[in-house]
Amino acid sequence: MSETRSDIRLSGVTKRFVNLVAVDSVDLTVDSGEVMCLLGPSGCGKTTTLRMIAGLESASDGDIMIAGRRVNDLRARERNVAMAFQFYALYPSLTVEENLAYPLHADGLNRSQIAERIAHVSKVLDLQGILKRRPHQLGEGEKQRVAVGRSIVRTPTCFLFDEPLSRLDIQLRQQMRTQIKEVLEQLDKPTVIVTHDQIEALTMADRIAVMRAGRIEQVASPHDLFSRPANLFVAGFIGTPAMNLIDATLVEVAPGADGTPTARLHLLGEDISAQVEPAVLHLAAGSKVTLGVRPRSFELVPPATPDALHATVDLIEPMGAEMLMHLMERGTDLRCVVPHTTRIAVGASAGLRCKQGQLHVFDEQGVLVR
Amino acid sequence: MSNREVRAIGEAGWGRTLGAAVISLVYFFPVLFIILTSFKTRQDALAWPIKFIFTPTLSNFVSVFFRTTVEGGEAEATGFGLYFFNSLFIGGSSVLLALLIGTAAAYAFSRFPLKGNDTYLFMILTTRMMPPIIAIIPIFVLFRIFGLSGTYVGIIALYTAFNLPFSIWMVKSFFDDLDRDIEDAARMDGSSEWKVFRRICLPQVYAGLAATFVFAIILTWNEFVFALLLTGTQTRTVPVQIVRTIGGSMGVDWGLLSALETLFIIPVVLVTFALQNQLLRGVTFGTIRR
Repeated sequence: MSETRSDIRLSGVTKRFVNLVAVDSVDLTVDSGEVMCLLGPSGCGKTTTLRMIAGLESASDGDIMIAGRRVNDLRARERNVAMAFQFYALYPSLTVEENLAYPLHADGLNRSQIAERIAHVSKVLDLQGILKRRPHQLGEGEKQRVAVGRSIVRTPTCFLFDEPLSRLDIQLRQQMRTQIKEVLEQLDKPTVIVTHDQIEALTMADRIAVMRAGRIEQVASPHDLFSRPANLFVAGFIGTPAMNLIDATLVEVAPGADGTPTARLHLLGEDISAQVEPAVLHLAAGSKVTLGVRPRSFELVPPATPDALHATVDLIEPMGAEMLMHLMERGTDLRCVVPHTTRIAVGASAGLRCKQGQLHVFDEQGVLVR
Repeated sequence: MSNREVRAIGEAGWGRTLGAAVISLVYFFPVLFIILTSFKTRQDALAWPIKFIFTPTLSNFVSVFFRTTVEGGEAEATGFGLYFFNSLFIGGSSVLLALLIGTAAAYAFSRFPLKGNDTYLFMILTTRMMPPIIAIIPIFVLFRIFGLSGTYVGIIALYTAFNLPFSIWMVKSFFDDLDRDIEDAARMDGSSEWKVFRRICLPQVYAGLAATFVFAIILTWNEFVFALLLTGTQTRTVPVQIVRTIGGSMGVDWGLLSALETLFIIPVVLVTFALQNQLLRGVTFGTIRR
């Protein structure tokens, strides 16, 4: 076990409360210098997972390893982990400076070393002007910066952030996102960020672990998560507007000339052909599948175009540079994003065709066929 | 700009302010009457109708501390200084003791609950459900058996016990209202449980402790029945002495009685004023969320 090793490994980590499994056998590795986001809806167990890494909750089962050491039985203060809390948790009776100095006292640093560290952190996070203030005299953004500052002031083995930006307004949020990302890039430590905001996760994380009901659904880079969602939950959860998920039947699938198979699919009362992943060849003809198409993967084509879905425009939501169109066909709402210059009226009929290579096929169990 | 516009939002007008002043004067009148009487001569004190304009005298205050015999001999100390000290010492130490034990107990009840925590808390509360006077005979017997009658230890222990349930309940509610994340943050920052309590939690409830202190000290300061029965000549408190002043061969000396009472209320007024900011924060604690 090398001295420089610094990573977080969870294997089979489970948290049971009286009659509830909050976290169910989670396996996760966060490498040194990597930013991992735990993303999921409320109550999916992401915060509990974070608190178990921190040592604020004990794991019912499984191993938590930090820097190669099993820490299950260590108390929070013995784990040398830094954490920034959702509501900042600044010490209300201490000034900003004293808040920043607090973690350093435990490390046994002397006065000048402490002053040096505080000076460094307050420069990085632009806190020089507010060092003498108390938390109740700070704005939300300042509190956030102090909370981040307090977590990076010492040299812990890893960093944990619980919903770091949830309390900030949109403008401040973007600003802090950049700032935190910059700060984290300079620290060669594993970082875990809990968030329910996918934009936050997609912009800040190196990898994202999507959680639901105590389980990890998929761990992948933001790009992979978006382009190859492992299952229907991830597909529906990631991306705004949400992906179109349409039930279909695979009529037949045949290998194409260039290696890309073509499938004939029956959906919404129509038969269409589309290019699909080679793995779809393994599905039997007649299988029930779910097709996933992102709203930006649809293109509008004139009605009666072959291999396009035909639907009626139901609602148009302007979104600035783009418009979100809702089209109805047999009670199914199909969402499609088009440039704002598109000329089409509510009530018109239109064809929708999936752009090449952007069709996701999920099998009967809701797992991506790949 | 008219006055109406300068006025702060929601501030009452002159009419209401005056009305409130009149009502508070009605409530304050007995206290005012006692203070006035303490500066009156025996004749003025008994005069009817009540005199509001008179030549003030300090003789009542002098006779609180010194008694002159009818023959005009040497002035003799009344021992009031001792009784006053007793009230301060017994009240102060029992309330501080109750606050000390109560704070520790409250923190434990709030943060390290036992099995059946609420049952214990309820039992503590039940001790305040009956009037303390009900327990007077057993307490009196106990004091006799253990030789505590007339001692400081006895009366301080008793008052501490009386103040404890109130202190525990009140301080616990302050601890309950604290943000737990702050404590978790301190733990992550390497604090021991003791440091979390001492450096993080305690400073946040100072206002609450001050409020609890004031409420408890007022109750203790004014306590009469147990003091009457369980203190001796050396440990007598002011309320007991006030009552003993009533009577005697010359009837009630109203001037002297009023002077005693005036002196008696001064410490409570001082403490309340000194802690009024904390008191206000203490009683409104937790009513405003972050």
